[in-house]
Amino acid sequence: MNEDIFQGYKGAALETLKKYNVRVWGTAHIQTKRGPFDGTVLPRSENDDDQHIVLKIVTGYNIGIDIRTILEMEETGYKKANYKIPEKEFPYTPNLPKVKLIGTGGTIASRLDYRTGAVIPAFSPGELYGAVPELADICNLTTEKIFAVFSENMGPKQYMTLAKAIGKEIENGVEGIVIGHGTDTLHHTGAALTFMVQNSPVPIVLVGSQRSSDRPSSDAALNLMHATYAAGHGDIAEVMVCMFGPTSDEYGLLHKGTRVRKMHSSYRSTFRTIGDTPLAMVSRKGITHIKQEYNHRRKDRNVKIMPYFSDKVTMLYYYPAMKPDIIDSMVEMGYKGIVIVGTGLGHVNKELYPAIERAQAKGVCMYMTLQTIWGYVHMFVYDTGRDMMAKGIIPAGNMLPEVAFIKLGWALGQTDDPEEVKRIMLTPINDDITEREPYNGYLVYQGGIPEVEEFIKKVHK
Amino acid sequence: MKNNFDPKKNYRETKEKIGYVSRKDATQNDYDRIGFMSGLEVHQQLLTGKKLFCHCPAGLYHKNNDYDAEVIRHMRPTLSELGEYDGTALMEFKTKKEIVYRVKHATTCTYEVDDTPPFRVNREALDIAIEISLLSKLNVVGEVHITRKQYLDGSIPTGFQRTAIIGVEGVLELPYKKIRLIQLSLEEDSCREISDIGHVRTYKTDRLGMPLIETVTYPDCKNPKEVKDTCDYIRFLNRSTGKVRTGIGAGREDVNVSCRGGSRVEIKGVAHTAWIPNLTHNECFRQWALLAIREQLKKRIADTKSWKPTHENLKFLAFNFTHEPLIQADKAGYSIVAVNLPDFKGMLSHFTQPGKMFANEFSERLKVIACLELPNMTHSEEIKPSIKSDDFEKIKKLLNAGENDAQLVFWGPQDDMKTALDTIEERCRMAFDGVPNETRKSFENGTTIFERVLPGADRMYPDTDSAPIPLEDELIEELSKTLPDDIITRYQKLKEWDVPEDTYLYIFSKNLFPLIEKTVNDLELNPKFIATFFGHTLKRIKGLYTTPQDFRYNVIYHLFKFLKQENLCFDLARLMLPIVLEHPKMEFESILTTLNFKPVKKQEIFSKISFLKEKFDKIRISDKRQDSIDWMMGQLRPSAVGNVDLRELVKEIEKVV
Repeated sequence: MNEDIFQGYKGAALETLKKYNVRVWGTAHIQTKRGPFDGTVLPRSENDDDQHIVLKIVTGYNIGIDIRTILEMEETGYKKANYKIPEKEFPYTPNLPKVKLIGTGGTIASRLDYRTGAVIPAFSPGELYGAVPELADICNLTTEKIFAVFSENMGPKQYMTLAKAIGKEIENGVEGIVIGHGTDTLHHTGAALTFMVQNSPVPIVLVGSQRSSDRPSSDAALNLMHATYAAGHGDIAEVMVCMFGPTSDEYGLLHKGTRVRKMHSSYRSTFRTIGDTPLAMVSRKGITHIKQEYNHRRKDRNVKIMPYFSDKVTMLYYYPAMKPDIIDSMVEMGYKGIVIVGTGLGHVNKELYPAIERAQAKGVCMYMTLQTIWGYVHMFVYDTGRDMMAKGIIPAGNMLPEVAFIKLGWALGQTDDPEEVKRIMLTPINDDITEREPYNGYLVYQGGIPEVEEFIKKVHK
Repeated sequence: MKNNFDPKKNYRETKEKIGYVSRKDATQNDYDRIGFMSGLEVHQQLLTGKKLFCHCPAGLYHKNNDYDAEVIRHMRPTLSELGEYDGTALMEFKTKKEIVYRVKHATTCTYEVDDTPPFRVNREALDIAIEISLLSKLNVVGEVHITRKQYLDGSIPTGFQRTAIIGVEGVLELPYKKIRLIQLSLEEDSCREISDIGHVRTYKTDRLGMPLIETVTYPDCKNPKEVKDTCDYIRFLNRSTGKVRTGIGAGREDVNVSCRGGSRVEIKGVAHTAWIPNLTHNECFRQWALLAIREQLKKRIADTKSWKPTHENLKFLAFNFTHEPLIQADKAGYSIVAVNLPDFKGMLSHFTQPGKMFANEFSERLKVIACLELPNMTHSEEIKPSIKSDDFEKIKKLLNAGENDAQLVFWGPQDDMKTALDTIEERCRMAFDGVPNETRKSFENGTTIFERVLPGADRMYPDTDSAPIPLEDELIEELSKTLPDDIITRYQKLKEWDVPEDTYLYIFSKNLFPLIEKTVNDLELNPKFIATFFGHTLKRIKGLYTTPQDFRYNVIYHLFKFLKQENLCFDLARLMLPIVLEHPKMEFESILTTLNFKPVKKQEIFSKISFLKEKFDKIRISDKRQDSIDWMMGQLRPSAVGNVDLRELVKEIEKVV
């Protein structure tokens, strides 16, 4: 017997199915100590125990049967389900912009996995059009899946592949690029592409979803509509992240790839521009600019692709009473760059100083960023800060920790010379460090305060 | 195109033709004739402190305008696990509603608005659901799988209800027949609707996520009374655990009805079991009427596939419309469209329900599917025409209508016209097939209106956010130990005690049986007297007084215990009850003081009889024997109540008169 006919079953449960000769997708009549049960045997998630058999009963619900209660079992038929989104060819409409959707995986396009019982990434242009037909009113979409990985498995290799693919698409004349991406590391990719794809003549929009597209209230469809609109019709030719503004289905925000961060584990409106305002609001009706200065769309194809990255970079999230051996071991392991995420204005304890000195002596590039997320590193305010700078730690301004990590990897991918690295790090590519923090760049309101409550009652947050 | 068609006459004749009888006059023969078949889905909220999948409090409710924030969502259909789109899902998508949720911090967290995955299932709720499954003789599953059941009407912000089967295949034993159960599920309750106007539907999220069980029966009921009895039985069974919520909205039922050759139609959210008989009666006859319509259409239209309605836009100024809704429609800039339905003459005014005709089915669907607010149409067979006959003749000419055709005129925003036309054609085509599968909303008068297309099993999807929960034998054995008796056992016991049957409903609905049994057993009292006291006296007096929120019936047990201990007459309970109900914390002695009660020995009261006899003989206001007994009783009653059984006192008086 082929193992596949017992999909996901193991141990005692598998033995039970074999004993009674019942397959997955077989309809079964099961006699148990708790009474009789009828239904279709479904595959079982690999992580679940081996004491139960999953049954879809006639009313559509799933139940589990405890194999220890089974007295008798018989296969009475067979019906395999075919889970497939209706595929339709994406229609061509003259005068609509050409947009390329590049798939990387993640919940923007996903389907159920019986093996794990969880959602897995899936991607096909026909499926997408089948699920979100409105896309055809926005652009002429072509799609390409360049890999299918979860957001957390995206890394330097994927960044570089993606950058090259974007370069090729721009040369081929697309008018906008959308990248479907899992949300967990969307902002890392946003930073990486900002550095690797420079001087783009067209918008490059990263998009994901916080609720998978297999649920009716998913944000995937609306995010895709917003992203394709921004890519095809928008004037902002930068690397951006496009996700929900409020949790309500109202509008999306376009965030700069270097200033955006995921701020909540599950909210739809999880992405926020930090230390600045977003570039624009986007809805199906159009784009409302918030920042007046940005890189405009151009007709030329003069994009500069810089696919470099050294994986000898790491991050160190400082905690009180951290011991110097942490830094020593990083250096010992051969790391060339360390982004320190320090407290307050950019501090670590004195105990680390000797280790920092040893690291500098080995030519390790060290940059200071902030656990506070908002604000600038100010290492001149206290003596300790000055001490650290003297020992070679370079303040990274208001660069976000994740952005500093990506940028340091990108810089070290180009040169080993600490001075050159420093020049690259401190020269902003696209607001990775800004000169000014606008007054409305930091607004974390507290719930409960009367005026805030009044605001959230009136305005859909 | 002259015609003498009389819609009123047609309505009356079609009603007679299908053999409609009122419920009052209907017999089992009538129900057998049309093949009445019905089953139930009884929903019951469980009494837990918190909601089912998050830690918000359960049972706190807010007024419609009392909210802290609003969240907006749109629902899109997705595929079921078996890879099919669901019919309702597609209909709901057509309506393109904007769903507004009014949230209040006290009862809503990020779970309800679907911004946080579910927490682990509320164990208390799960245990109650298992207990009720055992009581319902269901086969309890070995492992609970949380399933997502799609609801695109917006009543749940995720677009699906998390629900799980606890038991399948059970049976209820009604006094006169057995009703089989399909399943019992544990699920989260939905939002409460505030309004539904045009393309905006508003809900509040206070009730959302509260634990609920749904007991589903097979369609074993053969007449309306059986449906109500079954429903009562299930509700009493649920209440017998003492672990379910009571009060408005805590129990709701959906009733499935069909007639022979009809389809399963689900009457949703019936608020009172008393409505069930009329609703099921009328629905069954509505289906019977739809089948009669199908037969007539079949005779007239040879090829239904090529049958096609035609339509024309009407220019308001080209007519002399005086119908107020039409004038308003024109003011609002709406389109006004006339549709010709070939060979449908006599169908629009065909009887469907008391006071309703086939044309209503179009109007209701236009409201729900095309979002056209009522009134949204008129037609050629109105009993009181809204459009003057010369105008209608013009419309017919415009449509090139034939003698056997019928016409609808509807109005609404231009953007909704395509959906509206599709909806009309779709409903006509459904008439060729007979009875559409749908859910209908109920009204107190026993009629229903279209609510949604009936969803199928295609809307099920495993909940990828939750792991399965095993139910071990040990747990089930443990829960079995504390189960209350079956309702049927209690019913038989009451019969055995010779308790009047008209007390049963009250006793079971308030779950008073355990208390009656305890009072009878502990205090060794007469079961008939005690059960009747609860089922008659308590019911009557409780209706007259307001009890505090924390009132517990248990206080009545203590009242009888007190009377027994103090060796007082049980008649006192009746006098004391109003005060006990209003002030359950008041000491029984104080209540007696309030009532000016003084303990007097029986013999002392009896000893006054001879003195009173002499007195009456002196004043002699009447010669009748009964008058003298009454007068003496009147004199003795105040001091006798509670001290002596009044029947005994009467006998004592009768001895001397």
